[in-house]
Amino acid sequence: MNSLILHTASRLLHPLLLLYAVYLLFSGHNVPGGGFCAGLIGAASFALHTFAHDVPSARKLLRADPHTLIGTGLLFAMGSALLSAFRGQAFMTGLWGGFDLSGLGHVSVGTPVIFDTGVFLVVLGVTLLIIFTLSES
Amino acid sequence: MLSLLPVLPIVIPLLSGAISLLFWRSLWIQRWIGVGGTGLLLLSTLRLLSEVERTGILSVQIGGWAAPVGITIVADLFSAIMAVLAGIIGFCVAVYSWYGVDERRQSYGYFVFLHVLLMGVCGSFLTGDIFNMYVWFEVMLMASFVLVALGGTPMQMEGAFKYVTLNLVSSALFLAGIGILYGVVGTLNMADLSVKLAQTADPGLVTTLSMFFLIAFGIKAAMFPLFFWLPSSYHTPPPAVSAVFAGLLTKVGVYALIRVFTLIFVQDVVYTHNLILIMSGLTMLCGVLGAAAQFEFRRVLSFHIVSQIGYMTMGLGLNSRLSLTASVFYITHHIIVKTNLFLVSGVIQKMRGTGDLKKLGGLYKTHPSLSVLFLIPAMSLAGLPPLSGFFAKLGLVIAGLRLEQYCIVATALFVSLLTLFSMTKLWAEAFWKPRPDVAEGEDEPRSDDEPMCLTMILPILVLALITLTIGIGAETFFNLADRAAGQLMDPTEYIEAVMRTRS
Repeated sequence: MNSLILHTASRLLHPLLLLYAVYLLFSGHNVPGGGFCAGLIGAASFALHTFAHDVPSARKLLRADPHTLIGTGLLFAMGSALLSAFRGQAFMTGLWGGFDLSGLGHVSVGTPVIFDTGVFLVVLGVTLLIIFTLSES
Repeated sequence: MLSLLPVLPIVIPLLSGAISLLFWRSLWIQRWIGVGGTGLLLLSTLRLLSEVERTGILSVQIGGWAAPVGITIVADLFSAIMAVLAGIIGFCVAVYSWYGVDERRQSYGYFVFLHVLLMGVCGSFLTGDIFNMYVWFEVMLMASFVLVALGGTPMQMEGAFKYVTLNLVSSALFLAGIGILYGVVGTLNMADLSVKLAQTADPGLVTTLSMFFLIAFGIKAAMFPLFFWLPSSYHTPPPAVSAVFAGLLTKVGVYALIRVFTLIFVQDVVYTHNLILIMSGLTMLCGVLGAAAQFEFRRVLSFHIVSQIGYMTMGLGLNSRLSLTASVFYITHHIIVKTNLFLVSGVIQKMRGTGDLKKLGGLYKTHPSLSVLFLIPAMSLAGLPPLSGFFAKLGLVIAGLRLEQYCIVATALFVSLLTLFSMTKLWAEAFWKPRPDVAEGEDEPRSDDEPMCLTMILPILVLALITLTIGIGAETFFNLADRAAGQLMDPTEYIEAVMRTRS
């Protein structure tokens, strides 16, 4: 599609949507959000680019092959689930650790975030794989 | 690491699938991961079986959430035996697929979906939560939908359509049943369900509810009267896919039937189990009569799956320790034998380019060793001693006679005879008779046959050897099945293992 408005809008919206996806991913543990909707919004930003330009340029923008994203995501999710087993706890138990940022408060980090990142990558990969395949055919 | 052992059969296929996705472009690496991953799966399930056999039922509370709130993964002997069988079939089919599945299908992610399918199958066997079982069923079905349609020939799409539709109906019924069950009892953990339903105030309602599960699993297991999707779809995908479907998918349905009708729905055994018994008899008859009318290699075999399912559920319907032992033994024997027959049919199809019995012939003259490899599972399926099928049927017949269920025993024996007839037909048509396109007295042309490759013959040889081992060492396997049946008949140990809180 060759529309100046769409081109400009997609160039402006693409980074914003990606930033929003990352925000949703990290805030998902306590408020609505999480890996699934973050993945969908991330995919939407690339879908917008696909509609404004074309599939090859969207693929170039994504850099990684969607299949690789799915595979990496699954490995992330499994890795977070296996970590607890190697620490002697039941499979998939959440492990928590944290550190203090001087003046900014305590930051707690846990394996659920890794799991959610995995979900994010899988959803992003699957959605884009579908969109790319349908737009190419 | 002991706490990880029961989940390994789920984790290993998932990791193999994920790593295969990373190497999407390289078929070579995907094949090696296919063989290596399923090999590791087999090893982990064997270790699991030996551990369960030694120390009793193993359980893991996922995420440390204690039952009945969390999801529990439980491995009793029956589950562990089924998981080992899934490992054996997975490994043999992965080796077979190396050349048995064309490159185009492999490049569309055949191995990835094979791993996902195995993950779903193992998950269904090992879960201790009925809703989780539904999820594993869906994982397995999703992968099987892709595998059955992969390649996209018109015949395949027709088969896939029937397969998908019927299985979705079954899933919907299963889910509805789970929903109502949760409404009635307020729990989804199977051990907890067993405890709470034993003291229910309304056994009639529970029996009604159990019909949802009987129909849902009956469709998956291809029991009478809901079996027609199976023979019309199993012969359409490549033989390697048919083989893994024939070996594992319907057996997941049988496993689920045995699990819920020994653990959960035992309120009105006279009604439910007699109904299962009648359905089993009709399943046997319909399957074997359907097979008699077929003239395509894999269609004959598909109808025989239906008929054999009847034997497995017959043991459940008789509902005694001996009959369940025979059922477990029968499933073990059947998975190995049936997969093997489909693999042989794949070799023939690759060699001659057709599975039509009228066009086949003369294989005994050109490939005597392959003929022997066909004869072992075929005669085992028909139940000739000393092969595994004989002892499986003997167990069922004795169990039936002890309970004085002469009608079903007579049916089983009659169907067995027809199975022998059907296997003889396959032998006579494909192997014994002269090739229809070669005139009398002329030398058989060997040049038009594609040569057999080792990776396709080895799995067949291994499975045939396993059949022989089960037949010759029947006592060992029967004792193991007997202990598995003991755990099924008396679920206290199962319930204790699930409810035991262990971090």
